[in-house]
Amino acid sequence: MKRKALKVDEVSDSCSANNGIPAIMDLTQSLSGLLLALFMWAHMFFVSSILLGKDAMYTVTKTFEGYYLLGRSYPWIVSIAVAGVLLLFMLHAFLAMRKFPSSYRQYKVFLSHKAGLKHQDTSLWFVQVYTGFALFFLGSAHLFFMLTNPAEIGPYASSDRIWTGNMWPVYLLLLLAVELHGSIGLYRLAIKWGWLQGKDANQGRRRLGVLKWGITVFFLVLGLLTLAAYVKIGIEHQDRAGERYHPQPSGHLSDPMKSPGRTT
Amino acid sequence: MWESAFGRRVLNESQNTNKGRQLTINILRCNPQQQNNQPYMQRFELEEAAGMTLFLALNEIRDTLDPSLQFDFVCRAGICGSCGMLINGRPGLACRTLTRDLPPTINLAPLPGFELIGDLSVNTGKWMRGMSERLETWIHDQQSTDLCALEAPMEPEKAEQLYELERCIECGCCIAGCGTMHMREDFVGAVGLNQIARFRLDPRDNRDDDDYYQLVGDDDGIFGCMSLLGCHDVCPKSLPLQTQIAFLRRQMLKVALK
Repeated sequence: MKRKALKVDEVSDSCSANNGIPAIMDLTQSLSGLLLALFMWAHMFFVSSILLGKDAMYTVTKTFEGYYLLGRSYPWIVSIAVAGVLLLFMLHAFLAMRKFPSSYRQYKVFLSHKAGLKHQDTSLWFVQVYTGFALFFLGSAHLFFMLTNPAEIGPYASSDRIWTGNMWPVYLLLLLAVELHGSIGLYRLAIKWGWLQGKDANQGRRRLGVLKWGITVFFLVLGLLTLAAYVKIGIEHQDRAGERYHPQPSGHLSDPMKSPGRTT
Repeated sequence: MWESAFGRRVLNESQNTNKGRQLTINILRCNPQQQNNQPYMQRFELEEAAGMTLFLALNEIRDTLDPSLQFDFVCRAGICGSCGMLINGRPGLACRTLTRDLPPTINLAPLPGFELIGDLSVNTGKWMRGMSERLETWIHDQQSTDLCALEAPMEPEKAEQLYELERCIECGCCIAGCGTMHMREDFVGAVGLNQIARFRLDPRDNRDDDDYYQLVGDDDGIFGCMSLLGCHDVCPKSLPLQTQIAFLRRQMLKVALK
């Protein structure tokens, strides 16, 4: 290794001494990734409520529109939440981008290293690069739609968007990218900061590895079943696409239609 | 086979007719000293002997097949760190690798990331010296040492911890196994981070975490590590690199958040 040469701009900026920024960036990348991964777990449980029936998903939707708390539906509450997630997503992408191969030489040399070493953690990092890159586009497409159309969530609205709106390929790819990126990312986070490893770090890492695959499989299966459920409803409902779901008038679920967010 | 006077079963050489496996060893050859020397793979065939290490196989090739083959060794016991090379794509020490643990076809290449001397011989010493100078891996003591006085004792537990990290032989396997290092040449690598962890522990070194932050507190140091753990998994000395790097990361973060 050569001694690091002192660059002229470092001298003239008086910034040759390390400041705290690289540490803060590393921490922020980790924390934003952790929050996004935890959000995605919660998000998956909410959208998979469709597996329990249209009424269950309708109730979840209305809850997030504030109906049960405020007495009326306000879809802009969803927009605010989406804006928060979008900002976090952009911050994470900005910071994680620093780690991407930045030239053809770096890309090529890493691929040849990966092929020769046949090392799981090295290969999984490249899966994160690929899925992270895909998420720039797939994640943004979904988030911008939700930001500007917060009322378009519901048993029929979502199913119509997925099937009649031809969005199912996007959601299928988004599901694969998110679940792989998130579970690998959480595993790497624990390794990176030395969390949850117990007394024997090697054994702890093996345990985390098994947990990671378990989480990946669980959320992929749950996600695929959920997507299939929306596709099924979308196919059944395609002749009446655009129509909104109304629960059977049997109690508290019948009221939201009088609210501004009635287009569920 | 016969029973010896001490009851041990001893192999009679003339009865030991079991032939070893036929090994095919492909070696990436290149001699930068010669002009217009193009790298090429050269194939060698030899018979595997009992307990054969790659170091022994390479010596047999050089003794019987090609005296021009270049590779390094000194200790033959995993102590000097000279014989690091890529063994079927994975960094390792030739002297600590038994051929029986490998398939019959073995591909050997020099360790990437270092200056090539020739064939399997690389200049790890030059790289390590650069690392050492950059990270100042020596005891920093402001006080003048009285050479006649008794050295201050060190707690045995502390000495044990220090020795655990001091076991690094600077073979370069962690550098060759690091994906980050391949992409970013200025990265200090696990060997450098381990050295910082080692001197942090040493009570004779007067530097504090602020000083260490100046050495490794950036994207070429601890915050550049992407936790791929190739270093940890290929280290021939089984150094606890995974935990040491994570620990150093937490300590350096504390400095930044102060």
